[in-house]
Amino acid sequence: MTLHTQPVVVNIGPHHPSTHGVFRMRLTFDGENIVDVEPVVGYLHRGTEKLAEERHYTQVITLTDRLDYVASMTNNEAYVLSCERLVGLEAPERGKYLRVIAAELQRIVSHLIGTGFFLQDLGAFATPLMYCMRERERILDLFEMLCGARITVSYMRIGGVFQDAPDEFWPALRKLLDELPRYIDELEGLITTNEIVLARTKGVSPVTPEQAINGSWTGPVLRSTGVDWDLRKAAPYDAYDKVAFDVVVGENGDNYDRYLVRIREIRESIRIVEQCVKQIEPGPVRATTAMLFKPPPGEAYVPVEAPKGELGFYLVSDGSIKPYRCHIRAPSFINLSLLREMMVGWKMSDAIVSLGSLDFNMGEVDR
Amino acid sequence: MGDLLRENTLYGNIYDWAIGIVGEDLAWLAYTVAVMAIILLVVNAFLAMGTLYTWAERRIIGRFQSRVGPNRVGPFGLLQAIADAVKLLFKEDIVPRAADRIVFNLAPIAMLAPSVMALAVIPFGQTSYLANLNIGLLYLIATSGIASLAVMMAGYASSNRYAMFGAMRAVAMLISYEIPLVMVLLAVALLAGSMSLVDVMTSQAIPFLLVTPLGAIIFFLAISAELNRSPFDITEAESELIAGYLTEYSGMKFGVFYLAEFANVLLAGAIFSTLFLGGWPWWTPLSHVWFLVKVMAFAFIAIWVRSTIPRFRIDQIMVIAWKVLFPLSLVNVAAIAIEVVAWPERTLPQLVIMGIINWGITAVATVAVTRAWRASNGLRVSPSARAVRLEVG
Amino acid sequence: MPGGQLVTSINQRLPETALMADAEAVWVRPDAIREVCALLKETQGLEFNLLSSVTAVDYVEHFDVVYRLTSIPRNATAVVKARVFGRERPTLPSVSVLWKGAELQEREAYDLLGVVFSGHPNLKRILTWEGFKGHPLRRDYLEPPLPYSWPHGG
Repeated sequence: MTLHTQPVVVNIGPHHPSTHGVFRMRLTFDGENIVDVEPVVGYLHRGTEKLAEERHYTQVITLTDRLDYVASMTNNEAYVLSCERLVGLEAPERGKYLRVIAAELQRIVSHLIGTGFFLQDLGAFATPLMYCMRERERILDLFEMLCGARITVSYMRIGGVFQDAPDEFWPALRKLLDELPRYIDELEGLITTNEIVLARTKGVSPVTPEQAINGSWTGPVLRSTGVDWDLRKAAPYDAYDKVAFDVVVGENGDNYDRYLVRIREIRESIRIVEQCVKQIEPGPVRATTAMLFKPPPGEAYVPVEAPKGELGFYLVSDGSIKPYRCHIRAPSFINLSLLREMMVGWKMSDAIVSLGSLDFNMGEVDR
Repeated sequence: MGDLLRENTLYGNIYDWAIGIVGEDLAWLAYTVAVMAIILLVVNAFLAMGTLYTWAERRIIGRFQSRVGPNRVGPFGLLQAIADAVKLLFKEDIVPRAADRIVFNLAPIAMLAPSVMALAVIPFGQTSYLANLNIGLLYLIATSGIASLAVMMAGYASSNRYAMFGAMRAVAMLISYEIPLVMVLLAVALLAGSMSLVDVMTSQAIPFLLVTPLGAIIFFLAISAELNRSPFDITEAESELIAGYLTEYSGMKFGVFYLAEFANVLLAGAIFSTLFLGGWPWWTPLSHVWFLVKVMAFAFIAIWVRSTIPRFRIDQIMVIAWKVLFPLSLVNVAAIAIEVVAWPERTLPQLVIMGIINWGITAVATVAVTRAWRASNGLRVSPSARAVRLEVG
Repeated sequence: MPGGQLVTSINQRLPETALMADAEAVWVRPDAIREVCALLKETQGLEFNLLSSVTAVDYVEHFDVVYRLTSIPRNATAVVKARVFGRERPTLPSVSVLWKGAELQEREAYDLLGVVFSGHPNLKRILTWEGFKGHPLRRDYLEPPLPYSWPHGG
């Protein structure tokens, strides 16, 4: 017997607890099953690219903080690297190491937030989220030592970083590095082999490597499908060619692997920071640049491996003090392109979890 | 009329006192006074416990989540629930234009009423029960059935799709879980030889938790589902349905739902401790206090579960109800029926023998269910070992 | 991959498609962009299988639509540009049939710069709202005077 059913359209978002901001999905349901999904974005569009055209190159750095606001350091890094490429400038060694330390700590922060909200979407009533937030706070304290800000850091400058790390930074970092692996163990003990987490996420919304590449996925979500692609290895920037680390690769590309890749990447990030602390040597942290940054005409694009994927600023210079065009290749935005493949045929609860496993950030999606 | 209540000493005292004032001719007045006093006492104590419990839940969950929890209003934040209630009372009462107003307004009442009604048969202590109904268990089932109706009313009347989703989920889940629940109650009734809750309590030479652990586990799971609590909280799954059937409710109507939900946890604790945790030890001076301790223990475990475990998906919840709990509850009933036939006196040594057999059954069932669950989900026993390979590049 | 090399490999199979090149990029005929992308994506030895980004730059006289391709197996990148003229409806074929990832990005380029991608399954505004006037990232964009028209529902 077949029951005659009528599809129901439900707007998930823009105001919804688990759309991570103001994302909106128009989901068409047949009962609990999803028949169609259409992402609707733009509720947080602030016109960053347009604003960048109106500002000096250095002033744009503060705008980049507000893109992916849980990973400001890597946004800064991507932007200043592109600026440096425009004029062929390079940061001094110590500056590069400080950038890597900051960026990797930021990756830990971003992955912790991603994991926490992923579990929140699974319905774990904020407990894992709070555990993640607890560790995040400690890293934000470190950022505060570096630059005085916790979220909108603006730490990186064209030609290096804003300032050298203060003396109290290093013992605090040491303490964090000693304690963080234990915390990650604790978190994994709570989540990784949890029967309900496994039942809810394993084999759910699988994405094949072909689909992922076709959908321009990058970052942890691409690696979770089994594609070994990490820009820190493929096109090393800053000091990444001087540190050893593994690229974490998943197998099935399902929600569980997306989570697992993130949690393993945190461990790799800890490894990278450890090596940086060992290798870093005294010296200048910032190359001397002209007061007014005025690159010659040309264009530059340096992609970095941001926590969400490939992040790059495509800067076109016309020789003036303002960028002629500043296009942001936002991983969160482009990773949304496979929403239909991930969700159609699954249940509503799975769709929410898949959304959480993508770990996108609306500041970056809408720019 | 008053006969049913005579066994309650408090009622008896008030009744006698009132009849001393008004005289035998106005017995109905004395009866009304005594009943009203009892109702006031029980209902208000219950609801006050419910509000206190919301505070306890928030504080304890706060500790689980390594934060403080509400601590601003009153000592230790104890008055937080009152502050919340005052806030809710003064809030604008918004009814959606498309809502079915009558049903919409009735739903909170229909939600709170059955949990208050169920109190009538709960033995709080040695002589503190309102009615020793000989069909107490049946009465409990009947009243708890109303709650699912209230949820459906709320979901339908809101004319909101989230609310409707929540209501449909709730009805599917509540009805499914009522079956194993009833089966467990049946087994308990068999074991006690009576459907009166007072008899169930007094017949527990050792707590039935030890005699029929499988029944207790099934009851705990099923009652968690009935209470819409994690991991079965799909009805108001915050991350999916915002608040499920509560989405359109605001002000004190929301407050009543909220209160009913938390009060229901206490009620479930009361039922659980009556059915499975036995009476009170000889050294307890106040059986009521001992009862409260047991209820609190249940509530703590419920909070613990809620703050730790993620949510199941609707199909998994149905699988658990129909493929796991229902057969297990049948096994439980069958085993206990056979045991009761074999040892009809149910003395202490006989109960111990039954317990040993049932513990065996429970162990076997647990292992089998775990195996089957993992196999049906295609789960590996140690997934972390193989799911990710590290490449040194 | 240097533009010069790209010109040779493109023109080998699709004659007279690649127009010019600089150190990084190659300019191709806009109407042949889909064929060029298919070629770069599928040919053995090129295998630019990841479309990293699609965007456009407004040079006032023309638009440069920039395709940034990445080859994961070869760890190489290629920049393909197509120059489209006209302010009204600068049009070129969509590559969303080749890459699903192009869909959102082409919509963004259409929304912000007004470049039309023919053959796109769902070409409508994405970041700005429905009914927005003009394309804000064009160099000649001016904000419409107040009172400003905001969307009603939708």
